[in-house]
Order: sequence, then structure tokens, then C-alpha cells
Amino acid sequence: MSTRTHVIARKGRMGSYAYGLTLFLLALTGFAQMPIFKRYYIADIPGFGWLAEFYTTHFLHYLAATAILAITTYVVAEYLLVTRRYQRLSPTGVARAAILLGIIVSGILLVIRNSVFVPFSPAVVTVLLLMHMGLTMVFLLFALYCKLSCRPWTAPV
Amino acid sequence: MPESISRRSFLKGGVAAAGSAAALALPSAAAVGSDGRNQLATLLDIRKCIGCGACVEACRQANRSKAPDPEKPFPEMVPPRVPVEDWSDKQEVRDRLTPYNLLFIQQAEVEVDGKKKTLTIPRRCMHCVNPPCVNLCPWGAARQYKNGISRIDYDVCLGGSKCRKVCPWHIPQRQTGVGLYLDIMPSFAGNGVMYKCDRCHERVAKGEKPACITACPTGVQQIGPRADIIARAHELADKTGGYIYGETENGGTNTIYVSPVPFEKLDAAIEKGPGRPHLAAAANSMDRAENLTAAMIIAPFAAIAAASAKFYGYMKSGQSDKNQGKAS
Ligand code: SF4
Ligand code: SF4
Ligand code: SF4
Repeated sequence: MSTRTHVIARKGRMGSYAYGLTLFLLALTGFAQMPIFKRYYIADIPGFGWLAEFYTTHFLHYLAATAILAITTYVVAEYLLVTRRYQRLSPTGVARAAILLGIIVSGILLVIRNSVFVPFSPAVVTVLLLMHMGLTMVFLLFALYCKLSCRPWTAPV
Repeated sequence: MPESISRRSFLKGGVAAAGSAAALALPSAAAVGSDGRNQLATLLDIRKCIGCGACVEACRQANRSKAPDPEKPFPEMVPPRVPVEDWSDKQEVRDRLTPYNLLFIQQAEVEVDGKKKTLTIPRRCMHCVNPPCVNLCPWGAARQYKNGISRIDYDVCLGGSKCRKVCPWHIPQRQTGVGLYLDIMPSFAGNGVMYKCDRCHERVAKGEKPACITACPTGVQQIGPRADIIARAHELADKTGGYIYGETENGGTNTIYVSPVPFEKLDAAIEKGPGRPHLAAAANSMDRAENLTAAMIIAPFAAIAAASAKFYGYMKSGQSDKNQGKAS
């Protein structure tokens, strides 16, 4: 491995930790948007009370969403500028990218809906919410499958 | 009871007034844009309210067909600490918000112009310009229309009561044992349906005024495009030396009260608690999220800039690699 690709790989590892942590926070605060953590005692565990505070979890969800937007854009830019010379998206990488795109697009539309003065039709909102939540569950299960069966995002060219 | 007789006779008067007032249609819907400032808003002149309760009765009547009809016994709740909220045996309660009473009259003993007076204040959903109950509903059961009306779709709501928790006035009220949750996993998720004023959205869609407005014998409420209502509220407040509530609360609502006494005094004088909302200051609950929206827009551009700066070197060296390859 040349020094250059080595540096990229190391950065990649750091990036993937940041990405994993952000995804975890997104999933946690996303599921916290449903009133379940209080009902099922999770928010009663000392230190987890904030999981039942909707404004807190909503804010953290937005914060993590900002981070994931930055990370995703950075990785895509990196891929287009550099990585694709050495690596290509694997088939499972393409599938994950597509699901993630769906989650991000529905998320962006929901943020727009939540901003002042932009009412969406009720049917569209319900579709977006179900899409956002459904794709997240698909993504998490699929990511777990890829992890367990050692299928990385990319493969050497 | 003399009080209720006088109320009933007043009701008759109110209903008669309602008949003639029904001809008064809503201001042109065309005047209502999707811009928040042109959502439909109401102005409530507290001085005019005599506390007759005609609006409450009209509201109950208008919402009778939508009122909950729970199945009993209720499904067993898991875990058992999940609270059952049952108003079906207390449908007659009128002194607070309940699923059967979406509007009630709050009383405040205050001094007006040096004289002790009981002010009566009709209370219901404020119809926030950017309603957190709608934005944060995880199912899209709470929704807002272009004309600013927010409502909970009783066929979709699962009764998790998040809307009540995030509402600065904790307006929506729950009835257990009704709604969609019964068809999914009744013991494990959901707990009924949340009810609140829907500003008589069906009537408004037909160009009619809400039932509580037409029933009022003294014309306490006016409805119109928000900008007009705000202007009228300020005019009224200026003329009468009054005070305004609802214009900026929670980032702005579509229910503008004008009172002859400051709202801090009213808030101190009213009975508050579950189903009895306050009249205190309310900061914009969506503020923090709205601030982050700007960061969200900037984030991808910043990332592209960072990536370009970072990888420019690699790109160039890649280019020179290629050139070198060609040369060798
Ligand atoms: S007052 Fe409460 S229930 Fe009414 S629109 Fe505002 S947040 Fe929703
Ligand atoms: S607008 Fe309709 S639902 Fe709301 S308080 Fe008035 S009568 Fe009741
Ligand atoms: S708002 Fe009108 S109808 Fe309602 S209590 Fe006051 S005076 Fe009576």
C-alpha cells in the first residue's frame, strides 16, 4: 500500500467511526420521537431521562442530521475526487447508498415541512414519515447483515 | 339552579343569534395565502365575553359526531403503569378541556379600572403559526392546513400524547379505548386518541365560520386573515388601552386575545392545571430546531469545500502520476 492510500485508509477509519457514532445518535434520537422510551422504562434508567424529552431528542436529531449531511457530502466528494481511482462501490455499497439517500431526502423534506410557513399535504407527510422510519429500519438491518457477512462499502477497482 | 336556567335562556338567544349570523360567511379564502402571516386567525375581545357558555355548547354540538365512543373494557396496558384516561363517564365536565369539551370558559377575578370584576376567557387550541404538536407528531396524525388550521386526524392518532407534552399550553386531551391503536397492538403501543379544537375545519372549508364564533351573542370572536386580525387587535388594544396575547407567544399563534388587564395578572388569577391552560409567556418552542436548519443548509457546502481543499493535492499528484506514466 503506498503512503497515500495508507493515509486515505486511516482517515477512512476515523471517518467511519464518526459516521457510525452519528448514525447511532440519529437512530436513537429518531426512535425517541415515538413516545416509547418513557413507556418502556428506558428513560427511567439514570442518565437516560433525556430520551423522553422530545425537544431535546429533536434538537439532537437535527444536530446529528447536520453532521450526517456534512459527513455524507464529504465522503461523496472524496469518492468522486480520489477514492474511485482505487475503489469502487460494492453492490451492497450501492444498495446502502440508495437506502441512505432515501432516508436523507425524506429527512430533508421533513425539515422543510417543520420550518415556518411550509405546510405539506397530510398524505405527503405521512408517506415521508413512514418512508423515513421504514428505510431506517431496513438500513439498520441491512448494515448489520453487511457487517456480519463482511461485505464492505467498497471493493478495489 | 337559577344559574343554569339563565344560561339556558341565554343559549336560546345565542342560538337565534347564530341563525342570523350564519349568513355571515368567512372572509374570502383567496385572501389567505400559505404565508404564515396570512393564515386564518381569530381575535377574542375579552371585554365582550359575558361567560354565557353559548360557544361551549355550540362547540360540543359541532363536535358531537366526532366525539369518542370508547370500547370497554379497555385493552390491558403493557406495562401496567401506562395511564388510562377515560372521560366517557364525565362527558358533562365543562370547566376544563376534555375530549368531549374542546372549549371552556376560564375565569379571572381581577381589578379593572379600580373595580373588582370577573373576566371570562374562552380557551381552546391557540392554532400556532408553526405548531409543535403537528411538527413533532411521529405519525403525521396531527396536521396543519394552508389556512393555518391545525387538527388531529382522529382516525390516524394513536394517542401517545406527545402533542400534549410538546404543546406550550398542553391542549390536546386523551380518550383511551378508541382509534387506530385498537387495530394494531393495543396493549403495547398507543393509548387512544388525542382531541382538540380543529377550528371547525369542515365549516371553514365551506366558507362558513366556526360554530363557537357564530353562537356568541356578543361577538367576542372575529376571524380573518392573520395580518388583518393582528392589525385589528392592535387597533382595539390602542383604543381601549388593552393588552395582547397570542401574537408572539410560541413564535406566533392564530388566536389573538385582547384583554383590559395585563396577561400576567390574568395568568395569576386563573385556575391552571391539566386541561386548564396558562396565559403566561411562551417562548418559540421550535426555535432551536429552526436555528439548526440554517446549519443544515450550510453543512454540505462546507463539506464540499473541505473535501476539495483537502483532496486538491491528491488530485494534482494523481494527475502528475498519470503524466509521469505517460512520459515513462
Ligand atoms: S396550541 Fe398546542 S395544540 Fe394548539 S396548535 Fe399550538 S401546539 Fe398545537
Ligand atoms: S372552532 Fe369549532 S372546534 Fe374549535 S372551539 Fe370553536 S366550535 Fe369548538
Ligand atoms: S365567547 Fe361569547 S358565547 Fe362564549 S362565553 Fe363569551 S360571550 Fe358567551
